[in-house]
Amino acid sequence: MQDFEYTAPTSLEGVIGLLSETWGETEIYAGGTDLVTCLKQGLTAPRRVVSLRNVKELKGITILDDSIEIGAATTLTTLLGNAELAKHATALIQAIEGINSKQMINVGTLGGDLCQRPRCWFYRNGYGLFGIEDGKSLIEDGDNRYHAIFGNDGPAKFVSASSTGPALIALGASLIVSGPEGERTIAAWDFFQTPQSESDRETALKSNEVLTKIIIPKNETQSATYEIRHRAGLDWPYVTASVAIGKEGTKVVLGHVAPTPWVSDAAGKALNGRVKKADAEKAGEVAAEGATPLSQNAYKVAMVKTAVKRAVLRATGQEEEA
Amino acid sequence: MASPQWPKADKRLHIGKPYDRLDGPIKSTGQAKYAYDVNVPGMLYAKVFPSRYALADVNSIDTSAAEAMDGVKAVWIDEGVLGKEVRYVGQIIAAVAAETEELAAEAIALVKVDYTPKEALIIDTDPSLGSGRPSEREEGTPAEAFEAADVVHEGYYGIPVITHCCFEAHGQVCDVNEAGAQFWPSTQNVSKYANGMGESLGVPESEIKVDCQVMGGGFGSKFGHDKWGVVGGLLSKKAGRPVKLMLERDLELMVGGNRPSAYGTVKVGADKDGNVTAIDAKLFGTGGNGGYRPPPVPYVFTKIPNQLSSGQRIQTNRGGQRAWRAPGHPQGCFITMAAMEDTAAKLGMDALDFFKQNLALTNRPELYAQELDIAADMIGYKEKAHLRGDSGDGPVKRGLGISIHQWGGAGHPSECDVSIHADGSVECRIGTQDLGVGTRTCVTMVLAETMGLPMDAVKANIGNNAYPISGASGGSTTIGGVSSSTRLAATAALNKLLDVVAARMGEDALSLEASNGRIQVTGDDSKSVTWNEACAMLGTNSINERGVNEPGESTKMGLMDSGVGGCQMADVSVDIETGVVTINEMVAVQDCGLIIDMKTATTQVHGGLIMGVTYALFEECVYDNRTGRMLNADMEFYRLAGLKDIGTLKVHMMTGPGFDERGVIGLGEPPVISPGAAISNAVANAIGLRVPELPLTPDRVLNAIAKGGQS
Ligand SMILES: Cc1cc2nc3c(=O)[nH]c(=O)nc-3n(C[C@H](O)[C@H](O)[C@H](O)COP(=O)(O)OP(=O)(O)OC[C@H]3O[C@@H](n4cnc5c(N)ncnc54)[C@H](O)[C@@H]3O)c2cc1C
Repeated sequence: MQDFEYTAPTSLEGVIGLLSETWGETEIYAGGTDLVTCLKQGLTAPRRVVSLRNVKELKGITILDDSIEIGAATTLTTLLGNAELAKHATALIQAIEGINSKQMINVGTLGGDLCQRPRCWFYRNGYGLFGIEDGKSLIEDGDNRYHAIFGNDGPAKFVSASSTGPALIALGASLIVSGPEGERTIAAWDFFQTPQSESDRETALKSNEVLTKIIIPKNETQSATYEIRHRAGLDWPYVTASVAIGKEGTKVVLGHVAPTPWVSDAAGKALNGRVKKADAEKAGEVAAEGATPLSQNAYKVAMVKTAVKRAVLRATGQEEEA
Repeated sequence: MASPQWPKADKRLHIGKPYDRLDGPIKSTGQAKYAYDVNVPGMLYAKVFPSRYALADVNSIDTSAAEAMDGVKAVWIDEGVLGKEVRYVGQIIAAVAAETEELAAEAIALVKVDYTPKEALIIDTDPSLGSGRPSEREEGTPAEAFEAADVVHEGYYGIPVITHCCFEAHGQVCDVNEAGAQFWPSTQNVSKYANGMGESLGVPESEIKVDCQVMGGGFGSKFGHDKWGVVGGLLSKKAGRPVKLMLERDLELMVGGNRPSAYGTVKVGADKDGNVTAIDAKLFGTGGNGGYRPPPVPYVFTKIPNQLSSGQRIQTNRGGQRAWRAPGHPQGCFITMAAMEDTAAKLGMDALDFFKQNLALTNRPELYAQELDIAADMIGYKEKAHLRGDSGDGPVKRGLGISIHQWGGAGHPSECDVSIHADGSVECRIGTQDLGVGTRTCVTMVLAETMGLPMDAVKANIGNNAYPISGASGGSTTIGGVSSSTRLAATAALNKLLDVVAARMGEDALSLEASNGRIQVTGDDSKSVTWNEACAMLGTNSINERGVNEPGESTKMGLMDSGVGGCQMADVSVDIETGVVTINEMVAVQDCGLIIDMKTATTQVHGGLIMGVTYALFEECVYDNRTGRMLNADMEFYRLAGLKDIGTLKVHMMTGPGFDERGVIGLGEPPVISPGAAISNAVANAIGLRVPELPLTPDRVLNAIAKGGQS
């Protein structure tokens, strides 16, 4: 690991002032649960690390009349304990519960969860974001069991690691981002981007911007996240589905199936407020349509069907007892 | 006079009772010093440079920039690969020792190796890539037997390479200088760790001191001093300073040893009543760049009258295999028991009935019958069992699975010295090691038992090569070996004391015994002295006696034996819409002769079950087929079971008449053999088809369901 300068400014301004215009020169440190791993794995070698730990304005939950504002550096544990979120953002809370490690959520932040880098094992073993060796993709005929089944026609074949991202998109959240030019608001579903080159990142953030707030509207929605996981402890899901059923319609967003959270408009439309078991099943079928699995991950298509069906049933209190 | 024979049940003071590990408190409070925790003044940190390629010529190794770095004190290059090949990713090519771990890592980053990469063989699932001729074996007349069989089942089964994944990585701290050498390794073989090291280090072997008081797991991967032992020693010698060299997790998983894979097709023939008449197994697999011996199939049912088997080695460019807890057995067991259960399903027979029906084909029919009945009761077999696939409507299916296994477990040669001092203190010295299983505790129990003293009145010194030589801890050989040598030494020492006391008391030594802290005329404590009074009679002398365990002799004496059988059953739930397998319960029934410490014996079985659940559900080495890199050489994707994954574990140890009088038998390997087979059988029973390969991950389960099982 290369030596770096560690800074911990006390204001948002201070943070922004310390960030570089070039990716990789500086890195933001929130809980550090992913950043420190990335440093150790040599995935980034910044000359400066900027910690958010002393920036009070980035922490905490504010309940407003028609929305809930979450500071990006709020820990996931803090979110779990919030009754308003439990009521208005059930899908988010269930996604956090899925992370299933007290240690991880005690230090991990919502901003960090949304900005974490992919866990693709080619990437993490030093073969780059696209898993290339000698100009050829290692992923295409290598072990791609955990890789994308949607949105994988470009060079990016990893899956977006965040399971809170799909929940926030389903809930219609927006994200506030601050940089030297001020603040901008990005819809959660616009925040995630598929990189087209090795040096791109996976979000709409610029290198000198900070994600500051996550705003969740207080709609009358029934929402849920269903995750397919194997091991009970800290681990990654195979596939997740977050759904939100409200007056404005039904949103179905898949996780761990594409380089970004994957919105299935078709599944949302197919449901259109109908939530009987047969409708839920149909939505699962529709959500799985158009998948383009790689050589080893066709099984994920079947998982999408199940996850969507079960998320809908869960959101509407019809969960089957195992 | 004391006799070395084990005391009868009603005479036992400690043996057979459930005692906590003596070193439990220092381990759970962090006071125990593992190799990693040894920090000696002036110590340097070493890091190694691993090969990036799976197969390449090494044209040059340039360490000049590393050498020039401030704080770098010694550099080592593997002259043996220079101008020759590296054969797997992670092969150690060079190493440095520096003032801090960070500096050492930086220095390693400056090492430049010029390679010419060559095409490597990585995948192990294609038998046509095998090297050499397959081994072949034939018994009886298999072709005719299959012809005559009423039912023939044929299936494909596979179990991938996994690693030992010791929580404590391989490595050591060492201090090597002209005068001699001191090593603090993590080892399964204290007495012989240094064998063969002297020449490489230029130090007489007799001058190499080895100490290992506690260690964090070996499972068969830590018998030798290894390349990193020599490299650490050479760096230390060069720098004139002690050096710490522990493998990091990625190298630990890539080069610290692994369990060979086994794949293949198995054909089983049976008559309509369910008697197995023939088996044919065509197996292949890899031990990486190490050797390969195909697993034993048929396993346990070794008396199937007609047999054909072949085994093909695939030599791959990966880290080499090492003994992994019961080498070959978990693989042979899984393949055999799965094929047996599939045959039962094809016959429409209950699996338990089918196993029982064929017990005559094993070496211990009565024992297995008894164990199967106990296990069936424990798991509620009668109430829960159903024929394959007969498991109701919902998406979550429940099933039961069975497996049986065998092991030897004879004690190894072992020597032990026991001293009785005039102040009443008693100690033994034995060059064995405690892998975490409770060896220290059991040796103490045997010593205290023999002297008729409480546990805290005696002390067992282990883990140092200055002590009498005791065997390596592998193959379940330790408990029989150390119990016998300690018992022999302790009895000899006690008898010396009885002689002294007899002379003073004017009694015949033959009539004396040690009992409850006294030396007394057998059965008569009115004619007695306390232990301390007795020892005071030694005056300025102390007693030192050596016990030598010669396995043949000790077996004849009834101190130890070999040959055990065990049975395990699994109760699982499978969600057929997600592919997730959940363990509800595992039961294990196991014999191992006379049990010294009931608690450490039971926890040994628990440990075996947990390790077994782990390889049944989660563990596998995933290699990239082009680069040869192990993609999951970390604790994130090299998954191990956690407490919530293992379900309820129930253990029954076979004890009492018929078992105790056999003497002590090892228990390290047996409990880890059956879980893969039992769990796979339970899954097949639940979902109505075989998931052919372990581990039973959701993707494999869903893929098998999508295919509708194999023909
Ligand atoms: C084994 C394992 C399993 C896991 N399973 C799951 C899972 O199932 N689902 C899931 O969602 N997560 C999972 N996680 C990830 C975990 O939730 C994240 O590591 C954690 O949430 C990241 O938060 P952090 O605050 O520690 O981020 P950090 O490590 O501090 O930061 C992560 C990244 O985000 C950037 N960043 C952080 N905050 C900001 C900000 N405010 N503005 C701009 N950039 C920022 C950092 O620069 C860095 O690149 C798992 C992690 C591990 C190791």
